[in-house]
Amino acid sequence: MTALSNDSSGRSSQSTAPFRMVERNALAWRHNWWVIASGAFEPLFYLLGLGFGMGALVGAIDVNGVEMPYKNFVAPGLMASAAMNGAVFDTTMNFWFKLKQERTFDAILNTPLTLTDIVVGELGWSVARGAIYALFFLIAMAALGLTTSWWVLLTLPAAILIAWMFGSLGIYFTTYMRTWTDFDFLPLILMPLFLASTTFFTLQTYPTWARPIVQATPLYQGAALLRNLSFGTPGWNDVGHVVYMVVLSALCTRAASKRLGPLLQS
Amino acid sequence: MTTALSAVDLRKSFGDFEAVKGISFEVPTGQTFSILGPNGAGKSSTMKMVTTVSPVTSGSLTVLGMDPTTNGRAIRARLGVVPQEDILDSEMTVRENLVMYSRYFGISWADARTKADELLKFVQLADRAGDKVEPLSGGMKRRLTIARALVNDPSLVLLDEPTTGLDPQARHLLWDRLYQLKEQGVSLLLTTHYMDEAEQLADRLIIMDNGTISAEGSPTQLIAEHCSKEVVELRFDNRTSPELQSVAEQSGLRIENLPDRTLVYADDGDAALSHLAEQGVHPTGTLIRRATLEDVFLALTGRSLNE
Repeated sequence: MTALSNDSSGRSSQSTAPFRMVERNALAWRHNWWVIASGAFEPLFYLLGLGFGMGALVGAIDVNGVEMPYKNFVAPGLMASAAMNGAVFDTTMNFWFKLKQERTFDAILNTPLTLTDIVVGELGWSVARGAIYALFFLIAMAALGLTTSWWVLLTLPAAILIAWMFGSLGIYFTTYMRTWTDFDFLPLILMPLFLASTTFFTLQTYPTWARPIVQATPLYQGAALLRNLSFGTPGWNDVGHVVYMVVLSALCTRAASKRLGPLLQS
Repeated sequence: MTTALSAVDLRKSFGDFEAVKGISFEVPTGQTFSILGPNGAGKSSTMKMVTTVSPVTSGSLTVLGMDPTTNGRAIRARLGVVPQEDILDSEMTVRENLVMYSRYFGISWADARTKADELLKFVQLADRAGDKVEPLSGGMKRRLTIARALVNDPSLVLLDEPTTGLDPQARHLLWDRLYQLKEQGVSLLLTTHYMDEAEQLADRLIIMDNGTISAEGSPTQLIAEHCSKEVVELRFDNRTSPELQSVAEQSGLRIENLPDRTLVYADDGDAALSHLAEQGVHPTGTLIRRATLEDVFLALTGRSLNE
């Protein structure tokens, strides 16, 4: 019997296997690249419309005892939601499409790729999409004169963390979806999250009883971190934000992988 | 002779339901081996264990000399899989489907493109290379799926009901391609519920029913073992003939009553027919044909293969 051992001639090493999923998505999206591009503009429209437009009416606001223009306050929150949206698109409906509708993953599992490769690769792709949206937004912020501190550079790794958190949450959530119609719940979750996680109003605007609820949401954690970094006022509470996001991301990634096992390999 | 695949007392359970109830078989390298059986016989469950996607519940399974539980990745690198549903990537073109699938095997982009063009020619889809997958006919999708299973030059190709739902022309084109693979020395394992397909392609086959193997051998062997040389099909005006039952019992002829016809097993069909006429059995229609695997299946299980 010849060549029974792991034939590795001309084959890539296993560690790069998840990157095949990134390639697959890039190839698939190549025909619709403008859909991805258009997603990057959405938060920018909010920044121009609400930050600059309505901001002119609002004037300066008080953020943790510091006076600043409304547009400066809104920008980091929108950057956080840009990272969230970028990560959520490809881990919810698009993921379900490949999981249940087209069963793309079933075909891929017949190749050397493993379930972990697929999860890591899909997450990697979504995080990249979220990070690109965040980077695009950051460049726009700088161009519009909304960056004031060198700390702002750290918003990019922070945005990657936000994207990972929402990407893994998205996949976990998607493993529970039975049909397309189940996804009608998604805007019901994302929209309030987008509006209420101190994206547009400061925490002090909320009644005292509501504040802990707002603070418990994942987007608040991300927005608060980006805000402190972009104002150049990082503190110990930011360590808390990072820990919150790392723990939630790790838990969701693990739970999602566990749930996908029986769905794909029974 | 080396072995591409061997199973010993292989079992698969889903909760309380046992889909595969301890089967043993061996596929010699270079041979075409077929698993024949009705829907729900355990064919697909067996296939999924061989592809290493579905964990073995108990028993032992060796694929290309390796254990699926520990060497899944290495086994899949040398397998070609044609799943029951094609599951092509609808977000890509025909050619991109093949190129990307090569990439999953770690094949370089340049080699992947060359291979894709070569395989598209092999399955006669070169003129559809740039098209999306969706508008393709069932037969074309099937051929593309077969091309996809060949990107890594597999040592063993698994085909799960490859021609189900295809028209006769598409089936023959597919069979032709499978013959060519066989000539190249590729081992093939295919499941089917068409006995003519198994007779055409398989060197050896097992007949599965209810998760167990009810017979094993080459098609001709199985017919010789479990069936007479010929089968006489009889039709009667009022569906059955009461005389036939008693005549058959007296003269030791084996018969099988089907809803629309009665089968009489005999090595000499003409002689059996004249014998029946002498005894007063007068069917309205008769047909003498050689025995097929379908008859073997009927003889073994008492029911038809296609349900």
